[in-house]
This record gives sequence, structure tokens and C-alpha cells, in this order.
Amino acid sequence: MMSRRFLADKIWLSLAFVAVVIAVIPLASILYEVTRLGISSMNIDFFTKLPPTLLPGSVGGMGNAVEGSLMLVALASLIGLPIGLLSGVFISEYGNNWYGSTVRFLGDVLVGNPSIVIGILGYILLVIPFHGFSLVAGGVALGVMTIPIVSNTTAEALKLVPNSLREASHALGIRKWRTSILILANAKSAVATGALLAIARVMGETAPLILTAGISTLWYSGPFQPVASLTYYIYYFSTSFPSHSAEFDLAWGAAFILIVIVMGINLGVRIITRGTTGHA
Amino acid sequence: MKRRSRTDAIFKWLTIIFATAVVFLAVLFFYELGTGSSLTLRSGFSFITGSKWDPVGNVFGVLPMLYGSLVTSAIALVIGVPISLGVAIFLSELAPHRVRSPFSFVVEMLAAVPSVVYGLWGLFVLAPVLRDDVYPVLRTYLGFLPIFQSSSTQLPGVSIMTAGIILAIMIIPIVSSISRDALLAVPDSQREAAYALGATKSEAIRISVLSYARSGIFASIFLGLGRAFGETIAVTMVIGNTPLITGSLFSPGYTLASLIANEFTEATTPVYISALVEAGLVLLTVVFLTNIAARVLISRLVKNREAASYL
Repeated sequence: MMSRRFLADKIWLSLAFVAVVIAVIPLASILYEVTRLGISSMNIDFFTKLPPTLLPGSVGGMGNAVEGSLMLVALASLIGLPIGLLSGVFISEYGNNWYGSTVRFLGDVLVGNPSIVIGILGYILLVIPFHGFSLVAGGVALGVMTIPIVSNTTAEALKLVPNSLREASHALGIRKWRTSILILANAKSAVATGALLAIARVMGETAPLILTAGISTLWYSGPFQPVASLTYYIYYFSTSFPSHSAEFDLAWGAAFILIVIVMGINLGVRIITRGTTGHA
Repeated sequence: MKRRSRTDAIFKWLTIIFATAVVFLAVLFFYELGTGSSLTLRSGFSFITGSKWDPVGNVFGVLPMLYGSLVTSAIALVIGVPISLGVAIFLSELAPHRVRSPFSFVVEMLAAVPSVVYGLWGLFVLAPVLRDDVYPVLRTYLGFLPIFQSSSTQLPGVSIMTAGIILAIMIIPIVSSISRDALLAVPDSQREAAYALGATKSEAIRISVLSYARSGIFASIFLGLGRAFGETIAVTMVIGNTPLITGSLFSPGYTLASLIANEFTEATTPVYISALVEAGLVLLTVVFLTNIAARVLISRLVKNREAASYL
């Protein structure tokens, strides 16, 4: 009787471990396959040449997609970070009331919003009025995605700063807004972590770009022109070209670069903040 | 003194204005999607109940896409939730302290993989394996169930099932980390009480820990559901994009999100665009409500900062 219970115990507990193994297999496989199939595309041409044309035998790179992705993310940061940051300051420093909780709650809900819906919003507000896909529409759409993420991570980071610091600052007669800046500076590594993770997140987005930035076979040619991106090119090349074409290889190359950047940010943030914040 | 308080007031209002951007955004989503779909919104419920999607004939029914979204999300939950709970239990109850942090990190890295990379991997690595090695076995042994039947001799790699499996993998990080936080918030006295009654470890987990963390676990499932329902590009790449309701999981399908991603750039008439925007409105409403349910559960559950702060 006892032994059956203990046997059942062992089985249940092993199942939990099996679950961990099952969860890790896809990650290992993704990293392995993306590296195996993508690393051969890593050369100077990948970063300096335009994608291959439809002419037979044409090879090329994804220079414009690298450029476009970086510009989109830069624009998104320019728009999303200041808004998210100050909104986070509000929640933490002035938001101990119903409005603060509302902003916090809506931020949480918006974080889980499907990104394709943000694309639709961008399409209605920025693509139709300006007669076409553009860097501006794409950058704004990605920027909008970062706002709730940065707002909430900033609020969390600031709330971790001990109240005694606020009280001390107040006691010294330092004005409230300068105190807020001080608190922000005190929590800077946690705030930066949130911002970097938001950037890594939008860097890997595809769905909103399809409806806002569009795609381009050329280099950047103006803020109101369509712009290429790594993610859109991965989608386009892998679904429209046969396996083992030049385009197919470039798609895996782009996936490799993307994984390196996104994982790099995640790992880097993890290493830098280890021990400095309470977050595990 | 007066000047001082003025700068303070300006700074305060600045933060209020930017915080209002978050509120404004939430309202803007519904307003713009509502007005953007006014042309088809008028036709009422036939949009949701109609199963014919014919842009040329101006007939717009999204039932097959709604079906696809619901079924793929259901598969994701059926496969993803037990695995995530196993991971959560391992990380909070079983793993030695030293390995907890590295293991959580590895599982959370699944959330860092861009969804287009999931799609690429799903299409060229996972789908062939499922098609050749897994689906035939499922059909042989579980073929008495209609969902595992198929009329074609060669099962396709792209299907509702493949999309569901990809989604299951994609929701593991969020479901497992919120559940883990919920389990960690369970006071030790709960465990000790169960041990004192002679429970084994697994019995203690089932009897006292899991039931105590119930609402947090439900919240994590709602968040996973919202993510699965709204996921676009990975699903678009592996589902086959065919508006069908066959009942078989091995058949290609379509989802609301992949409909929008696929057809928006081709939509030329205002009515067609309006129909796609309305599909977005349906998607937004479902995910918004699921997320609200999850967040209400989380905020009611504990004032636990960790649980609430997860992205």
C-alpha cells in the first residue's frame, strides 16, 4: 500500500522533469537549425548587398533589411521610450490613486494585445492618409508596442527604490520633480533592462510591419517610403520561394542575425543585472 | 516658492499626459477599428456566423477563421498547459535552488524567439517531422476519433494541428512563469500542513499547493489563451491558410489573425478592407477580454509584485 503511493509520487515528480525537457527541446532545435542553416549566409555581401532580383542566377544580401530593421527600431525607441518612461514615473510616483491603477491595468492588458491589431491601427492612421507603406508608419506602430511594456517595467523598477530615499530627498527640500529624476537614476539598470527587452521584442515583430512599413527591394529612400525589414523578408522569402534557393538561404541567414541580436540583448541584460535587482 | 511649485506642477502634468497616452491607446484601438469596419459592421452577426468568405462577391463570413483561431488555441492549451504546469512545479517545488534560475532563464528564452523564426522552424523543421513520424501514428491509434481522421492518404504537414503545436510551444514561457510565480507565492505552511498529514511530495503539491495557487494558474492560462488567439505570423506560415471547417485537425485551416496578415495588402475595395478591420475588431475584443480576466485574477490573487510584473 505504502509502496504504491511512493511509486506514484516518483512518477508524478518525474513527469514534471519530463515537462521541462519537452519545453527545452524546441529551443535547442531552433537554435541548432537556425545556426546550421543560417551561418553559411554570414559574409560581407549579406550586410552590403541588396536582395537577389528575380533574374536567374542572381545572388545578393540583405543589407537593406538590416538597415531597415535598425531604422524601424530606432524610430520606435524614439517614440515609445520617452512616453513609456514618463508614464511609468507617473504610475510609481504620482499614481497612488484610481488613475494610476487604471493606467497600470490598461498597460498590462495592452501588453498582451495582438500585434497584428497594432498594424491595422497604423494602416488606418498612417498608411491610408499618406498613401502608402512607410518607415514612419512602421516605426510608430512598433513604438506604440513598446509604450505599455516600458511603462510597466519602469513603474516596477521605480517601486523597488526604497521609500526612505524619497523621504530623505523631500526632507532636504529637494523638489518633487527632481526627486523623481533621482529615483529614476537610482533605478537606472532596471529601467534600462525594461527598455532593452522592449526593443528586443519589437525587433522580432513581423505582423504589424506587413500593414505599416511594407517591404522594399531598395535601400532606404525617405521616411514616407516603404522600408525593408529582416522579419518581413524572412516571412516573404520562406513562403514564396522554393527550399534551397538563394532566397531560402538568405531567410535563414536573416533568422540567424535576428536570433543573435534578440538573444544577445536578453542574455546581456541578464548578465548585467544579475545581483543588482531582486528579479530572478 | 511659487516658481518651485510651478515646475513641480509642470512635471507632474507631463507624466500625467504621457500616462494618459496608455489610456488613450486602449480607447483608440476600439474607436478606430469600430469606425474602420463600419461598412461591414452594419450587416450584423452574419459576419461571425457566415461561413463563406468571398471578397469578389462581397460576401464576408469569418466562421471558418473563428473556428481556426478557437481550435488552434484549444490545441495550444491542451498541449501547452500541462507542460507549463510541469515546468512551473519543477521550478518552484522540485529543482534545487542553484539550478532554478538557469532553468527559468532557458524556458523564458522561448519567449525571446521572434514569432517569424517560430514560423520558419515550424514550416521546415517541425512540420516535416510531424507529417512523417507523428501524424500517421496518431491516425493509426486514435483514428477512431473524428478529429484524427483524414480522407487524404498523405497527411499534409501544414495543418490546424501543426499550428496548434507551434502555439503550444509559444505559450509555454508565459503560462509557466506566471504559474511558477503563483506557486512560489503559496505559503510554506500549506505544504507543511499536508506533510504533517503524511502526504507525499506529489500529494502535497496536488492537494494543497495547486489548489491554493488556483487563481494564479487560471490567470496564466488566460494569458496563454490570449497569446495563442492573437498570434499571427507563425500560425500563418504553418496552417495552410484555407478557410475550411472539416472537423479534422489534420486539415489546413485559417485564423482571424492570419486572414488579416494574408489579405490586407491585397484588399482593394473599401468593403473588403472594412471586413478585414472587423476581423481585427473581433480578434481585439476576444484578446482584450481574456487579458482583462487574467489581470483581474492576478491582482485579486496576491499583491505579489513578481506575478504582476511579468510582461
